[in-house]
Amino acid sequence: MLKTLMGEIKEFKKPSILAPCIVAIEVFMEILIPFLMSKIVDTGVNGADGGDLKRVASIGVVMIIAAFISLSAGAGAGHFAAVASSGFAKNLRAAMFRNIQKFSFSNLDKYSTSGLITRLTTDVTNVQNAYMMIIRMCVRSPLLLICAFAMTCVIKPSLALVYVGAIIFLGIVLFFIMSHAHKAFKAVFEKYDDLNASVQENISGIRTVKAYVREDHEVRKFNIAAENVYNMFLKAEYLVVANMPVIQFTVYTCILLISWIGAHMIVSDTLTTGQLMSLFTYTMNILMSLMIISMAFVMISMSRASGERIAEVINEKTDLAAPVDSITDIKNGSIEFKNVSFAYKKDGNKCLENINLKINSGETIGIIGGTGSSKSTLVQLIPRLYDATEGEVLVGGLNVKNYELNALRSSVAMVLQKNVLFSGTVKDNLRWGNKDATDEQLIKACKYAQADEFVSAMPDGYDTWIEQGGVNVSGGQKQRLCIARALLMNPKILILDDSTSAVDTKTDAMIRKAFREEIPDTTKLIIAQRITSVQDADRIIVLDNGEVNGFGTHDELLANNEIYKEVWESQQKGALE
Amino acid sequence: MADKKEKRRGAKNPSKIFFRLMGYIFKYFKVRCFLVVVFIVISALANVRGTMFMKSLIDDYITPIIISGERDFAPLLGAIGIMAAIYAVGVFSAFIYNRIVVGITQGTLKNLREEMFAHMEKLPVKYFDTHAHGDIMSLYTNDTDTLRQLISQSIPQLINGIMTVVSVVICMFVLSVPLTLMTFVMACIMLAVTKKVGGLSGKYFVIQQRKLGDVNGYIEEIIEGQKVVKVFCHEQESVNDFIKINDELFDAAKNANSFANMLMPILANIGNISYVFTAIFGSVLAISGFGGFTIGSLASFLQLNRSFNMPVSNMSQQINSIVMALAGAERIFELLDEEPEPDEGKVSLVRAKFRPDGSIEESPIRTGVWAWKYVHQSTGEVEYVQLKGDIILDKVDFGYNPDKTVLHDIEVYAKPGEKVAFVGATGAGKTTITNLINRFYDIQDGKIRYDGININKIKKSELRRSLGMVLQDTSLFTGTVTENIRYGRLDATDSEVVAAAKLAGAHEFIRRLPDGYDTMLTNNGSNLSQGQRQLLSIARAAVANPPALILDEATSSIDTRTEKIVQEGMDSLMKGRTVFVIAHRLSTIKNSDVIMVMDHGRIIERGNHDKLIKEKGVYYQLYTGLLEQS
Repeated sequence: MLKTLMGEIKEFKKPSILAPCIVAIEVFMEILIPFLMSKIVDTGVNGADGGDLKRVASIGVVMIIAAFISLSAGAGAGHFAAVASSGFAKNLRAAMFRNIQKFSFSNLDKYSTSGLITRLTTDVTNVQNAYMMIIRMCVRSPLLLICAFAMTCVIKPSLALVYVGAIIFLGIVLFFIMSHAHKAFKAVFEKYDDLNASVQENISGIRTVKAYVREDHEVRKFNIAAENVYNMFLKAEYLVVANMPVIQFTVYTCILLISWIGAHMIVSDTLTTGQLMSLFTYTMNILMSLMIISMAFVMISMSRASGERIAEVINEKTDLAAPVDSITDIKNGSIEFKNVSFAYKKDGNKCLENINLKINSGETIGIIGGTGSSKSTLVQLIPRLYDATEGEVLVGGLNVKNYELNALRSSVAMVLQKNVLFSGTVKDNLRWGNKDATDEQLIKACKYAQADEFVSAMPDGYDTWIEQGGVNVSGGQKQRLCIARALLMNPKILILDDSTSAVDTKTDAMIRKAFREEIPDTTKLIIAQRITSVQDADRIIVLDNGEVNGFGTHDELLANNEIYKEVWESQQKGALE
Repeated sequence: MADKKEKRRGAKNPSKIFFRLMGYIFKYFKVRCFLVVVFIVISALANVRGTMFMKSLIDDYITPIIISGERDFAPLLGAIGIMAAIYAVGVFSAFIYNRIVVGITQGTLKNLREEMFAHMEKLPVKYFDTHAHGDIMSLYTNDTDTLRQLISQSIPQLINGIMTVVSVVICMFVLSVPLTLMTFVMACIMLAVTKKVGGLSGKYFVIQQRKLGDVNGYIEEIIEGQKVVKVFCHEQESVNDFIKINDELFDAAKNANSFANMLMPILANIGNISYVFTAIFGSVLAISGFGGFTIGSLASFLQLNRSFNMPVSNMSQQINSIVMALAGAERIFELLDEEPEPDEGKVSLVRAKFRPDGSIEESPIRTGVWAWKYVHQSTGEVEYVQLKGDIILDKVDFGYNPDKTVLHDIEVYAKPGEKVAFVGATGAGKTTITNLINRFYDIQDGKIRYDGININKIKKSELRRSLGMVLQDTSLFTGTVTENIRYGRLDATDSEVVAAAKLAGAHEFIRRLPDGYDTMLTNNGSNLSQGQRQLLSIARAAVANPPALILDEATSSIDTRTEKIVQEGMDSLMKGRTVFVIAHRLSTIKNSDVIMVMDHGRIIERGNHDKLIKEKGVYYQLYTGLLEQS
């Protein structure tokens, strides 16, 4: 994991190294300053000859210079750390995003959409913060601790022993608290997720809640969950709360011990007043560093999981084999399935079994079958959204694996069942099909898809803004825009995967009519639930449990295919009686 | 989008929000808030007292010993003992107040969450239709999280900081007025720097948040539509677009974090410089012995200088998080201030039975007979009307926006037990009508009557209880299958649940689930197919057993073969009830008593199936798909 992540630091190596280096300078200055102070007090104010202003001033000047160096170093380190960590985050996002674009459909199926989004957003932020912590605090605090401790040793080795004791005590206690808190917080966040899930459910299911008058029921359920989160949060926070008093306790104990021992030493002339004062400062330095180290430790361990999730995405290899050849020219729209079988998972259940089909260029083919009969799976093999597990899929007489992928997919336009519009104008969305399409072409495609009428009626016509996810158009309108978008690719093969389910029968028929008349040379594959959507196709495939149960014209199937007959009757019987 | 960006800005009126929040916390935790302040004061005082100890350590104990030459450490030991006691009190107070603060924080968050949720449940459907769900969600996540920071850290630090500064300043004045004034000057410089650097950082933080919103939005959109991206070979374009906004985010993040990171070392070192000046100036005073200023005083003053600078820089560090938290609090209060769904209805629904004379009286047990109960306000007289399911829409007009009417002059008469079907293209207004019957939305003009009662006079909850609803988008809740079916009627027994599932044709597939009826459904039943989820929601309506039913595309995702199985159940479910059904599929609506063909918010044809087919109008076209004959 670390190797993958570190590989993405790239151009931000320089600030990543500079930041801790400059931090070191800052630390030295911070250590130097209390030392200089003790000098001011001892030789200037409290000197043998009762105070020497000149000395005070000269040391003071040195000290101010040190403070300025420290200031610049601190600011510089802060700046470089910010650059390095924001840059690192930028590279991580870009690397993940690029790789996701290379994913095949089966790679995508492996991750949930929300999972990928979390990795690109929250997880990256976690790693970014941890990285900043590492290059700033993780160098600063240990170094400060060591230097401060070294100084106390220089000043008075015997007093340094007090610190050794304090460090060991505090180290153990903090480690204990933090490791317990870490566990407690992990548990909290799981419960917290549950709570949020229930809010989410209520927001999207509000109509159901209200229809069944279950508001009070939901509130009761929520309050129990909220109570749980509350109790667990309290438990976790109560642990963390102990931190500060423990540190204060240690600091105060040190101060009192040093006061006592130091007083003896001053009296016996082995320690100066100034030294005593700087010792107090070092006490603070040492113990605060210890606290920051323990906090950083927790933070880094918490972001570890995020790092692993990010690395997983970056390292995911697309499982679509590289094209055997890179033919870019697709001769025609003929399709052939030769002994094709397919399973989503290796050694998993086969959802397509021994499919043999031959479709001529320009034919209109209907596909019908119950839920789970693998209609979508079948057509997704054509533009290589998935690769057949066994057998061959041929387009234009050649195995699809021989084509350059983009060339193949540009010739095979597919309107997916779960389709999406993107935020942008209607035009922007349509131009996904062909970025150079003229306005006339756009309108023509929309006319074929029966979308022109409602688009023209929109307030800004073709320049109307479509919201993210296309929430401001109805389901049927969205489907028609998606069809228009696919038509603009000017494909050799057009696949509609249940793409007119929300369109009424009349409009549906008009779309099919336009296909027949306007794009006769394109091979059309139409998956539908409604038999009226496929009955006028040249031939119809009846799929059942991943096998071809029948393949023929409407009349043939009606005469000799049981499933087809059954579906036809249940849908049509009575319509014309 | 523009709207969203707007929302991510700071609070419009921070001080008002702050005091409202304080008031909210105080309302529930008066005693605890008081205790927190007391213990913070004690802890701050103990801390300052500790700093002053430095002076007496040197002046009152060490110097006398050196001068007198007698090695008598007894007074020092006593002093250290006293100090230990003071420190102990300080540590103890710190521990107590931190603990109480945790209690207040989590308690307040819990109260807020519960209040938000309870209030949200009361809001009209319109609220959910007009607000992005992600935005509502982030009230519970991001905004509540920033509040946690504010209440548990920023506010106590502010109080503690102010206390410390005040007591330190008093001690400083006691020790030396001129040195105090000098420290003030330096503090002013610190504040000025904070304002400048903090302001810059704040400015870039706002930009960063906005860019982050852009990047997250883009990621969400593209990942959601990833399969479409691939189908259209749009990978390279989306990478290019992403790189562009990602770089913009980097620029903003770099600046925001740079300035934020710089603030601390700058302040700390101005503190150091302040310290040096104090040292030099103090030395002058000590050497000249001005106003009895001693070396011990200087030592103490230097410590005080530190104690003064620390909280000042700590407090200035909190500014960003306070600003962000107040913006979050404002959004939360906005939700709490939303008008809940009004319900002025008085008529309620009761179980009833017939007296021998045919009149109706209330019944304590389930009888299958329901009645509307109306208590006359003036006379206290109670009137019962039997619930039959006679629903009339009389000249109804409606628009989601008052200025844009989407339903015109709708007239529907549903007699008890009748099945009324709505057909027509998407957007013709079918679903809208059903939303009016159960009062998800209120009509603008005309009347809707239920058994002769204007539905505005019926309590919303009672009205909805009388109407079962099965929607196209099935909502399942986290819980077992049984719990989800029982959602229809909470006191249904297990066998009633199974019976309902059988009726809906869901029993078979439920039995095959890993834990049968006890299978946990999560994530809106993501492990079920759309069709299976619809079957569950039909079972839910069956168990509720309401007098009237609204079926909005309830079987749209059930394939034809399964539908045949469901059909029988559906028929028995609909039997004897008034049913409003919206469907695309002919088989579902064919045997309706009356079919309303809708177009652009108007009813253009009405009649039963045979009549409409004979008329060869729009209905005929819609359902035969025979375009040529039109």
